[in-house]
Amino acid sequence: MNYTVGLFIPCYIDQFFPEVGKATLELLEKNGCKVIYPEEQTCCGQPMANTGMEEVGKKIYQSMGELFKGCDYIVGPSPSCVYHITKHYDVVEQTPEIKHLRAHTYDLVEFLYDILHIEKLEVSFPYRVGLHKGCHGLRGMQLDNPSELMKDIPSKWGHVLGLVKDIQMTELTRTDECCGFGGTFAVAEEAVSTKMGRDRIADHVNNNVEVITSGDMSCLMHLKGIIDRQKSNLKVMHIANILNGDHI
Amino acid sequence: MSIHAKKASDFISNEERTNWHDGALWHVRNKRDISASKIPEWELLRSTASQIKENVLSNLDNYLIQFEEEAKKNGVHVHWAANDDEHNSIVSAILNKHNAKKVVKSKSMLTEECGLNHFLEDQGIEIIDTDLGERIIQLRDEPPSHIVLPAIHIKKEEVGELFHAKLGTEKGNADPTYLTRAARTHLNHKFFEADAAITGVNFAIAETGGIVICTNEGNADMGCHSAPVHIHCMGLEKLLPKAEHLGVFIRLLARSATGQPSTIYTSHYHKPESGKEMHIVIVDNGRSEQLGKEDFRNSLKCIRCGACMNTCPIYRRSGGHSYHATIPGPIGAILQPNRNLQEYSDLPFASTLCGSCSDVCPVKINIHEQLYKWRQEIYKHNELPKSKIIPLKVTTNILASSTMYNIMGKLARTSLKLLPDFLLYNKLNTWGKNRELPAPPKESFKEWYKKNKHE
Ligand code: SF4
Repeated sequence: MNYTVGLFIPCYIDQFFPEVGKATLELLEKNGCKVIYPEEQTCCGQPMANTGMEEVGKKIYQSMGELFKGCDYIVGPSPSCVYHITKHYDVVEQTPEIKHLRAHTYDLVEFLYDILHIEKLEVSFPYRVGLHKGCHGLRGMQLDNPSELMKDIPSKWGHVLGLVKDIQMTELTRTDECCGFGGTFAVAEEAVSTKMGRDRIADHVNNNVEVITSGDMSCLMHLKGIIDRQKSNLKVMHIANILNGDHI
Repeated sequence: MSIHAKKASDFISNEERTNWHDGALWHVRNKRDISASKIPEWELLRSTASQIKENVLSNLDNYLIQFEEEAKKNGVHVHWAANDDEHNSIVSAILNKHNAKKVVKSKSMLTEECGLNHFLEDQGIEIIDTDLGERIIQLRDEPPSHIVLPAIHIKKEEVGELFHAKLGTEKGNADPTYLTRAARTHLNHKFFEADAAITGVNFAIAETGGIVICTNEGNADMGCHSAPVHIHCMGLEKLLPKAEHLGVFIRLLARSATGQPSTIYTSHYHKPESGKEMHIVIVDNGRSEQLGKEDFRNSLKCIRCGACMNTCPIYRRSGGHSYHATIPGPIGAILQPNRNLQEYSDLPFASTLCGSCSDVCPVKINIHEQLYKWRQEIYKHNELPKSKIIPLKVTTNILASSTMYNIMGKLARTSLKLLPDFLLYNKLNTWGKNRELPAPPKESFKEWYKKNKHE
């Protein structure tokens, strides 16, 4: 059970949201993992690949394999980046390092649920919380049941948030619509992107949400950008911070 | 700005109308969910349908030959068209042979794709679309904005005005029943006068040589039963091996499209009535080329239910016309680049890759994965705008070097008191038009880690 976990902190979390990185690190340590953080890491290459420039971004992929080769698992607080590694690193040579990386990289919540089988959290979060199910985690990794599928996939996000004391999870009218971030889409299709964001926020507001949480900080960065422009007092908080017992 | 982004932005500038459009389509998506949830074996149906189509695509040549043989045995004339021009010439030759001047046509995305209406009109042939939605947009001289709900972008008040001007209905009357009845009366005259009828095809059965047409208005049947000649135009991917496979698709099609258990009319055509002629035109028009592309071939499984449009959060907010293509929405965005990569290179980018389309698709086309793959193709074929390439190349070079990345990040965060724009992929002002930037933290995670965790 004493796993050596390689901490994968996506570039935008490193640069903009260090508190999410800290919470991830603390959570893993609290749960008995030996965490190492290879400091040469930068980015998974998703921004280039999603724009069609996989060929250019590829040079980053092999170095990711090298960086994390000694770890039992690689864990990052971002389903989107994890999905990119596990799904799209198929285009480089499948060296033992790349194979290991692709098979053992987990999103934080996925790791807590699938590997650590977490059943207890000694934290409280006394707010009405709306869960934003980021699309890569939802439909790419099935961390929850996508509303389109007539299946019974358990909600990993729901499970871990359910362990938090005093939290009030709030139902949304559209349970899993995309927020419109989409990487370069956010600027290339600015009008649609921000309209989608405004609509998502309105859904949370109409259902009396106080804090929007998500596994993906990129979605929250986009939503918070709009919330701040609207001068609303709706808050956003990454799921790692809630699970770690951080305060708003 | 790309064509799609520009047209989408124009559409959204009327936010109230966008909300109405989004709401109308979301309502259809909801009806689909309710209907699908009542079928315990829904997911099994989807995978079965997908596998049947897999078999069809892998044996398409044999099924096509079998279909032709069986159809001919039934006394049907079968024609082959390599492209849109051939298709139009074949149809017009049949019409000329019968001296047909007035033609009624039920819904067919294929004839839309081939530009049949204008082709025939230029020859002095009157061609009337008889599906209500199609008739509305034909009277407005507009292309459809959706493959199942062609006039979904038009409000009933606008239909009232249009019918007042074109069909002489009462001014200011926008009651849907009243307008539908007026259209019905107008179309009935057209049916009775028709010299020939043209229809699309939903399914063609190799085993029997028969075709199946699904409509809610019975307009395909009205046309075929009243005119002495009927012509059915189909893309070559419409085949199913056997009649017994039809049930799987009929159960999926209308539920996915509108939430109905099935369309009101599911009509099976096998042979002409005595004294009449029945023609089937089988069209390639780029399909066999798509079939040869491994990453993209299963887009040919599409049964044109429109569910991927109804669910698409971009389509709902940008309108079908923003895709400037015959087939809009997610499926259009993976079909159109095959036809013309340059012209449609913006479409695979009109998506956040959220994947809702793939999960809703009744034949399980991996639409969002194909969008991703098309993006790679577009870059390889130099069709990506420089405004995207240059910043990302710079970004990659920064990200490929840990030192560069740390320096750039720090410079941006501290000295410049700005966020690193290499992480925002583009000029800050586009991001900031309707959004604030996150407040820059005083140190990056990495800097914090060095100070606090480095033993
Ligand atoms: S791609 Fe799938 S969901 Fe979209 S129209 Fe075709 S069959 Fe329907």
